[in-house]
Amino acid sequence: MAIDLHKYANPTRFLRIANAIFPWSIVTTVVLLATGLYLGLFVSPADYQQGETVRIMFVHVPAAWMAMSVYSMMAVSSAAGLIWKHPVADLSAKAAAPIGACFTFLALVTGSLWGQPMWGAYWVWDARLTSMLILLFLYLGYMAVWGSFEDQSKAAKAAAILVLIGAINIPIIKFSVDWWNTLHQPASVATMDGPKIHSSILTPLLIMGLGYTSLFVTIFIIRVRTEILGRRLRMLRVNQLQE
Amino acid sequence: MNEFFEMGGYGNFIWSSYGLSAGVLIFLVIISVRQLRQVERDLAPLEETRRSFRKRPVKEGATS
Amino acid sequence: MTRKRRRLYIVVAAMTVLGLAAGLVLMSFEDSLVFFHSPSDLVEKPVPEGRTFRLGGLVEEGSFKKSGVEITFRVTDLAESVDVQFRGLVPDLFREGQGVVAEGQMNENGIFVASNVLAKHDENYMPPEVAESLKKAGNWKPKEDKQ
Repeated sequence: MAIDLHKYANPTRFLRIANAIFPWSIVTTVVLLATGLYLGLFVSPADYQQGETVRIMFVHVPAAWMAMSVYSMMAVSSAAGLIWKHPVADLSAKAAAPIGACFTFLALVTGSLWGQPMWGAYWVWDARLTSMLILLFLYLGYMAVWGSFEDQSKAAKAAAILVLIGAINIPIIKFSVDWWNTLHQPASVATMDGPKIHSSILTPLLIMGLGYTSLFVTIFIIRVRTEILGRRLRMLRVNQLQE
Repeated sequence: MNEFFEMGGYGNFIWSSYGLSAGVLIFLVIISVRQLRQVERDLAPLEETRRSFRKRPVKEGATS
Repeated sequence: MTRKRRRLYIVVAAMTVLGLAAGLVLMSFEDSLVFFHSPSDLVEKPVPEGRTFRLGGLVEEGSFKKSGVEITFRVTDLAESVDVQFRGLVPDLFREGQGVVAEGQMNENGIFVASNVLAKHDENYMPPEVAESLKKAGNWKPKEDKQ
């Protein structure tokens, strides 16, 4: 297993696979987002309670899903970076962070724009909203750590430790709505007794979710490539100075 | 058509959610592509000199 | 290999300790992590008169009354219920049978005087026709609302 992973951790091999996926990820992103938006805005019905505002769900929920799954992916790859010193692991986490931060920001803002008309408040300090805000700060802190070290391997280590400490927040976000009374409603899709959303609303939501995932993959490939080339650039510059 | 944009009176909230999401994500794509182009531009001359340095002695592809 | 093994153990051990510590902290701060108290909570642990807190539950069916700008309704968790008084505008989602969270204080008559009312919605989403036909078919499950 470890050997196998190392094969993929090799930067050139990683880039070759990423490059092969890239055109496909662009196509699937465009197709899924176009379909999702069409179904979400034109086909799906208004909700029996929330009326048209339910459409905010199609941009809010996928952003929130991505915010948490991108962070989880960063935690796994940072752990791999710390333990096995994979060359690409730390760079993957670093490349993913700004994307995750954008998703988190969007989940917070679209949630706020949904909260005002439905709940009657843009913001409340309940456990779900607060833990999501903490997630945004974790992303920003992570990016700041990378920026504040001259030595990249030290930066990688410090950033990885930060991500792993912050990973505690992920189950807290997920279960906050079950553990404590919150204004935010409990889970609708990933529940023990199946989704609580009618298929006409669930379908566009899932398609948007896949579209956001695919968009993540696309941007991620661009950013990982940037990170790998950036590392090579630094290496060559150092070599040049020595010669 | 107007009815569609009004969204039952919630148009402001709905369209700003969609607009902001599109804006932020498109901005992220543009920034990411620009950063990649920048690195590629910076890297090109260095790779060039490196290649000319070791023209014959080392075979192509052994460097990465 | 052994160094990798050791780093693996360190990371796993650190994460376990961290997780336990976080769990303990959250358990001890339970009270302040709760956004609102239910009517049953109030029976169990009454909040002193005049202290501001949030009360949450469902707006009891048939309890909503409006006189001028003042509205009254009952908040229930299907076991206990509390009378609420409020002056002002309620959110669009506020309606009987739906979730509500009110911020305010108990007065001397045991009535909750709210200074702010928020609507809380549940996790079910469906088109109106589906809701209608579910009600007709008698499949409408009364909300098994969270504690």
